[in-house]
Amino acid sequence: MYRLPHSTVFPVLALGLGFGLMAGAAQAADLVIGLQQEPTSLDPTADATASIDGMMTQNVFESLTIVAENGEVQPNLAESWEVSEDGLTYTFHLVEGVTFHDGTALDAADVVFSFDRAMGDGSVNPSKDIFEPIESVSAVDPQTVEIKLSGKDAFFLFNMGQGDSAIIAAESAETNNTAPVGTGPFRFDNWTRGDRLTLVKNPDYRDAGDVALDKVTFRFISDPAAATAAMLAEELDAFPGFPAPELLPQFESDPRFRVNVGSTEGEVILAMNNAKAPFDNVEVRRAVATAIDREEIIDGAMYGQAVPIGSFYPPHGTAYVDLTGAYPHDTDKAKAMFEAEGVAGQTMTLRVPPFPYATRSAEIIQAELAAAGIDAKVENVEWGFWIDEVYKKKNYDMTIIAHTSPNDMGNFARGPDYFYGYDDADFTALWNSIQTEVDAAKRDELLKQGQQMLSDQSVHAFLFQMPLLSVFRKEVQGYWASSPVLYMPLKGVSIAN
Amino acid sequence: MVYFLFRRTLGFVLTLLAVSVVVFAVMNVLPGDPALTILGMDATEDALAALRDQLGLNEPLVARYFSWVWHAMQGDFGISHSFRVPVATLIAERLPMTVSLAVAGVVVTLVLALSLGVGAAAQHGRFGDWGVMFLSQLGIAVPAFWLSILLVMLFAVKLRWLPPGGFSGWSDPIAAIRSLALPTAALALVQSAVLARVTRSSALEVMRQDFVRTARASGLSQRRILWRHVLPNALVPIVTIVGMQFAALVTGTIVIENVFYLPGLGRLIFQSIANRDLPTVQALVMLFAAIVVTANFVVDLLYVVIDPRLKARA
Repeated sequence: MYRLPHSTVFPVLALGLGFGLMAGAAQAADLVIGLQQEPTSLDPTADATASIDGMMTQNVFESLTIVAENGEVQPNLAESWEVSEDGLTYTFHLVEGVTFHDGTALDAADVVFSFDRAMGDGSVNPSKDIFEPIESVSAVDPQTVEIKLSGKDAFFLFNMGQGDSAIIAAESAETNNTAPVGTGPFRFDNWTRGDRLTLVKNPDYRDAGDVALDKVTFRFISDPAAATAAMLAEELDAFPGFPAPELLPQFESDPRFRVNVGSTEGEVILAMNNAKAPFDNVEVRRAVATAIDREEIIDGAMYGQAVPIGSFYPPHGTAYVDLTGAYPHDTDKAKAMFEAEGVAGQTMTLRVPPFPYATRSAEIIQAELAAAGIDAKVENVEWGFWIDEVYKKKNYDMTIIAHTSPNDMGNFARGPDYFYGYDDADFTALWNSIQTEVDAAKRDELLKQGQQMLSDQSVHAFLFQMPLLSVFRKEVQGYWASSPVLYMPLKGVSIAN
Repeated sequence: MVYFLFRRTLGFVLTLLAVSVVVFAVMNVLPGDPALTILGMDATEDALAALRDQLGLNEPLVARYFSWVWHAMQGDFGISHSFRVPVATLIAERLPMTVSLAVAGVVVTLVLALSLGVGAAAQHGRFGDWGVMFLSQLGIAVPAFWLSILLVMLFAVKLRWLPPGGFSGWSDPIAAIRSLALPTAALALVQSAVLARVTRSSALEVMRQDFVRTARASGLSQRRILWRHVLPNALVPIVTIVGMQFAALVTGTIVIENVFYLPGLGRLIFQSIANRDLPTVQALVMLFAAIVVTANFVVDLLYVVIDPRLKARA
């Protein structure tokens, strides 16, 4: 028998151990995140692409306030604020000593600049409407900003915590789309379009000690099979918004990974064109709501990973009422209702945007409507087509879409020009009182009424709340499980050793 | 020959002009609005109007087209609507990736297909021939994206020999080669299946001819007969197929780039069409058209090199 002398085994072993430790130490605070949606710009104040908020907002760019995971509005660049008696004047006190990543100091003039740019005539802000209640923004002194509203706005402080209201510097405003400069815990490092984007820790951040990650790399992988392979090959540490619910069991059974099913602000609806026959008839809309089976849709389209909704409000919200039982699934009843209204056997288009939740739901809904005597013609269209033909030109009978913005029940008060074609003076009045009711408990009561009203009139068939499916390596900690906004702060994320 | 070159160059320019008109027309007839795609569902009318103004979308269609042609002739392909950087920059960033993949794909395809095809012809009717025919049938039947997933599952997830995707440039050549190995294999295996069959049948046809029998009778070795006498005479159909495959390869990279998340031109054109980014789509389609027309031109030139008898016809 041949034996290796100890003297040769040990150095090799020690060398291997040494490399292992070195590699471990170097990787400790580098996080690699997979994202499905590839951005074309990096400026959240000029482009609505959700992944821009996902990477930049509250990581690179900061706003006056920040919304926490539970939906609570907290101080951010404004360390405190006062509201006048009439609720129309907000005085924000800025944190002292904040600097932009290019070294320049942040003061009230930057805040005024950011708001003027977002509200002004040439503004291309994707959520310009959130600035509509603002009458004026002025600097009281370098640390104090006064914002005057023309009317009370219950969502004002919440909206001030969004990427659309990021505070930017005049010098870098025009180049933020390729080289973003903010005040956040991470600074922009590098972007290889189509491949990856890197952020590094901002050593001058005011709470730099709380930031655990040294470097964050986002990699853009749109194909679900490729995303799965990259996770399994441990090329990635996290994949928030994992695109394929059917592949999650594979990760659940693998001890290396942790799967999380959280919630988002996205209500998925089967929208009906209320301005067009036959959906201008409430009985036909109720018949559609009766014909569909949410459990079947969730099982088939989302592999069971979603919570059903009966109106247009997220189930995790404080004002939620469960209205999923308003129109119990009953094919025979739906059939009789369609016959009574004289629409049985009619052909209707169901134009579907290219998202798996929508295309999969469409097939099931088509079968359910067919069973109730309605011939729904599914047309799968691409996004550019959808947003022009369906959304802007209102050229559709039915469609499936997720409304991802928070506090968006006001969509139903946008009048006949909005693609719902829904116009109800009572609801519009109710929404106006919701928007101006600053007392949270009273507002919740009104929101409950709103949900009831939308369900009673069966404006759309409300399907389910869009889940936030994420896959993490076991070592990744502190990631938001659910998001009440479009961003995911990385400040509290760490990697356990 | 001068007349031939002049005719081809004129054809080249006319083809590109026709392509540019078609792309411009199609992109404008197609429902979609770049401003709406960028600003999304919550955008206000005045923000959309401001963005359309910034992007120059309020100019009349015909004026926009001629302005584009004028600038393109001077080598300026404009600013991308969605990326807001010069289109030339976007293409320059991604060209090395796609060219590397396409060239590697062609080289591996040629080496595999020619050796397998000629080998099969030499073994005609025996086990080797049967094996190549079976494998190539399989290669033709397998879709490239599915083969890609299988390759990734085996070599990246299970064995961990190669990365599952991505490409970070040629600054680290070893990493670049490792990144390109699987996508190249996925492209080349499918392409060479077709080419191997064409090579085999073309070679078999030549082997039946009298001069091969003469060569064999003069005592030349089998290898020398195959590579020096049979293959050169079998090249015309092979070159035709390679020319066609090169065009298919350029489009094939679109699928492959998606599966291996490679930052190449294929993904860029895909994304730009979705975003209704006309300047980028226009420039990329022109580039692809130019590549295909050039490939055809090179094939025509090769015919004359391979078979001087064809010169009279050119």
